[in-house]
This record gives sequence, C-alpha cells and structure tokens, in this order.
Amino acid sequence: MATPKEVVLDPIINNNPITLQVLGICSALAVTVNMATTVVMCAAVIFVTTMSNFAVSLVRNRTPSSIRIIVQMTIIASLVIVVDQFLQAYAYEISKSLSVFVGLIITNCIVMGRAEAFAMQNRPGLSALDGFGTALGYSVILLTVALIREPLGSGTLLGIELLPRVADGGWYYANGLMLLAPSAFFIIGLIIWAIRSIKPEQVEAPEYEIAPNLQYKEAM
Amino acid sequence: MPESKKAFDKESLRNVLFVAVSLCLVCSVVVSTAAVMLKPRQVLNQELDQKQNILRAAGMLPEGSNLDPQGRSIEELFSEFEVRAVDLETGRFTDEVDPESYDPIAAAKVPDLSSNLSGPEDIATIGRRENISRVYIRRNEQGEIDKIVFPVRGYGLWGTLFGYMALEGDLETIAGLGFYAQKETPGLGGEVDNPAWKAQWPGVKLYGEQREVAVALVKSRSPEGSPRAQYEVDALSGATLTTKGVQNLVRFWMGEQGFGPFLENLAENNA
Repeated sequence: MATPKEVVLDPIINNNPITLQVLGICSALAVTVNMATTVVMCAAVIFVTTMSNFAVSLVRNRTPSSIRIIVQMTIIASLVIVVDQFLQAYAYEISKSLSVFVGLIITNCIVMGRAEAFAMQNRPGLSALDGFGTALGYSVILLTVALIREPLGSGTLLGIELLPRVADGGWYYANGLMLLAPSAFFIIGLIIWAIRSIKPEQVEAPEYEIAPNLQYKEAM
Repeated sequence: MPESKKAFDKESLRNVLFVAVSLCLVCSVVVSTAAVMLKPRQVLNQELDQKQNILRAAGMLPEGSNLDPQGRSIEELFSEFEVRAVDLETGRFTDEVDPESYDPIAAAKVPDLSSNLSGPEDIATIGRRENISRVYIRRNEQGEIDKIVFPVRGYGLWGTLFGYMALEGDLETIAGLGFYAQKETPGLGGEVDNPAWKAQWPGVKLYGEQREVAVALVKSRSPEGSPRAQYEVDALSGATLTTKGVQNLVRFWMGEQGFGPFLENLAENNA
C-alpha cells in the first residue's frame, strides 16, 4: 500500500507522467510557448486531476465496471468545462491564448489514466493526493519547458524582457524554432535523456533486437 | 462482505441505470450552474476585449497598457465612440439593425444577410460578405469625425485574420491596423502583432489618384518623398502569404466591395 508521501512525490521524478510514462505530450507541446499560459494550464490540470480522482474514488464502489470509463469521462469532462468557464470569466486573456487546450484536458491521458489505474482502487483522500502528485509531476516538466522556450523564443519571461530582441532594437536574435511546437519535443527529449542518465533504472528494456548484418547475400 | 454483496449487486442493470442517470443529473447541474453563473462576466469580458481592440487599432491605448496617457479606462474611452450600422451595398448608414447587438461576422454566414463573392471580387478570400457591417465613429467637439474604425478580415496563410482598421478624420489616412485573432506562423506571419511593425501603419495614405486603394506591403521602400512612399508599409520578412493576405484584406475592405462607397458618401456628407 502506497503512503501519502510516496503518492505525492513519486510522480515528480521517479514516476513522472511525461518523462517516464510519456503521456500528456500533446498539451506539453502546445501550451509551453510562454510561462503565463503554462502556469494557468498546470493549475487547471492539477485541479482537474485532483478533483476527478477524488470524485471517481468516491463512487468507485457503486460504479458498475461495464460503464466505468463513461463514468470517469463524464466526471472529468464536467470538471474541465467548469474550469474553462472560470477561466473565461476571470482570466479572459489567458483563456484566449490557451484556446482549445483547456477543453482538451478531457482527452489528456494522464487524467483518465490516474482515474482508472489509481482512483478506482483507492480511498478518496489518497486518490486526491495521487491526482495532485501526478499533475505536479506534469507541471514540473511543463514549467521547465516553458522556462527554456519563452526566453529563447521571445526574449521574455512572464512578459518581462530578459534578452532584448533585435526586432525591438536589442542584440538577441530570437530563436523562431522555440515558438513552434517541435522545440518542446527536443526539450522533453533532452529532459528524458538527462533523467534516465541519472536514474538508469528508468531505461526500458528494448522490446526487440535488430539482427546484425551478415553477408550481402542475405538480401538476395 | 458476502451478505452485503448479496443485497447489492453493482453490475445489475438497475444499478447501471441508477448510476448513469444520477451521475448525469449531478454533472449537468454542476456544469450548468457554472455556465449560468459566470455568463454575465464572460460576456462583459468579450465586450471589453472588443472595445480594447477597437481602441488599440485607433491608436488610443499605448502598447501593453489598459489606460490611455490621461489615465482614462477602456470604458470611458469607448463611450466617446458612436456605433453605427452601414449598408455596404448602398454605402450609407442604415437603421435596419441594432448596431450594438448586430454581429457582422455571424451575418456573413447567413444567405439572406450576405452576398456571395465571385473569384476576382473576393481578393481577401472570405467567401461571403455581409450586407450590413458596423463602424465606430469618434467625433471631436465640433462634431467632425476624428477617428473612424472598421472591422476587417481576410485570409492569411493558415486562417482568417480578424481585426480593426482605423482612419483619421480626413477618411484617407490610416490611424492604425490591429488584429485580434489570427493563426499565422509564430515568429514569421505572427509578427502582424509586433508593435514595431504595427507602428508603421499610422500616417499611411489609403487612396491613390484614381481613388483606388493604393496601400502596398513592399520588400523595399521607395525613397522618402517619392509619390509611392506614402502608400507603403514594410512586408513581413519570411511571411509572403501573410503579407499578401494583409494587403488584400486592406484593399478589399477599403475598396469597392467593402467600405469604399461608404467612405466616398461620408466625405460628401451624404451617408
């Protein structure tokens, strides 16, 4: 049985949803262009994952297994809509730049993954902690990516100028790639590499081995 | 717990229906409460956002600030504007619709309220154009037009750019152009939002000698003082299609199919 401390802290490095489980990549690419949107996105995911784990766990003994996925989806979708409505009312500028990605939290594998894998089997309190921890692990990676992308891509951090861009009369040639989604792929790849070099136990066993080249005749 | 299992089978059809129905009820109450409670604030946000876009296009709000240099708020500044509906066919003001609640972009999708544009007419690639649009007019103390703002839109590279174009009181000099929604490539076409680029628009002349829209986005500017120079704005480097899109949307909306006839009538005090 997992202890509350493990449940919260494990997903940050040891069992990180992005770097180890490689889930939730889509939104990690899309919303990390600047820090402000990333922070709001992380807060939204933390809220949704914590609350959905809590709610799913609360009804776990009543939920028939035949419709359990639909039950989880309905709970998650409702929470996401509530979050989206809140952002539109209280953080309009940011909700505009997050556009569809708040709605797409519904399809984030991390949220449903935790509901199905953890909340269906554990008590509500522990499940909420698990949701919180997992979303925290997701947030740590997103914030790291945004911390690299925003300064290098637009020369700012949280909108405050760090590197004055040539376009604005400074000296920094902004790296346009950092504004595009693929740069997050490279950054996440490098983070995964770094973590797995420090913690080799995270390296997965190869699923197959490529046969060595024999003779050229082999191809005939 | 064998006894309780006997009494309660969670896989039974009864329980499946019970869980499904009650879950839907609870969730729909939560969702609709949130939606209804927050609706007024959201509408307010959207309106404020559009007002802000209009004021920014007119150059009345400094970059990155929500107050003008005299410290007046968006609401205060916008209250000086008069909203009017304009019939694009006749080029005159119309009272057929309530200008405050009318939505020109929605009207462009309704067959009865819009007209189809054929290939060569449709340089901004918008497909259909609404018959009635809106303008925002700010008058000075003498009642003369000081600023006039038009909603504009047109296709760039990845999607339609939506924005506002503001003219000075002479109805020929651009006071500003700004987009509030665009999907262009960040760092290239996305630079339509760059304040340094937008700063070139104020002062550019709209119409040439034949009253054609002469504004051009060019790779290299004509020398200062030459007749062409007053119509030119720098193209966006690395964004040929976005540049063309912006040039075309300006030419379309200020031209014969757009607000051109209205501007002529207005200049003759005949609108």
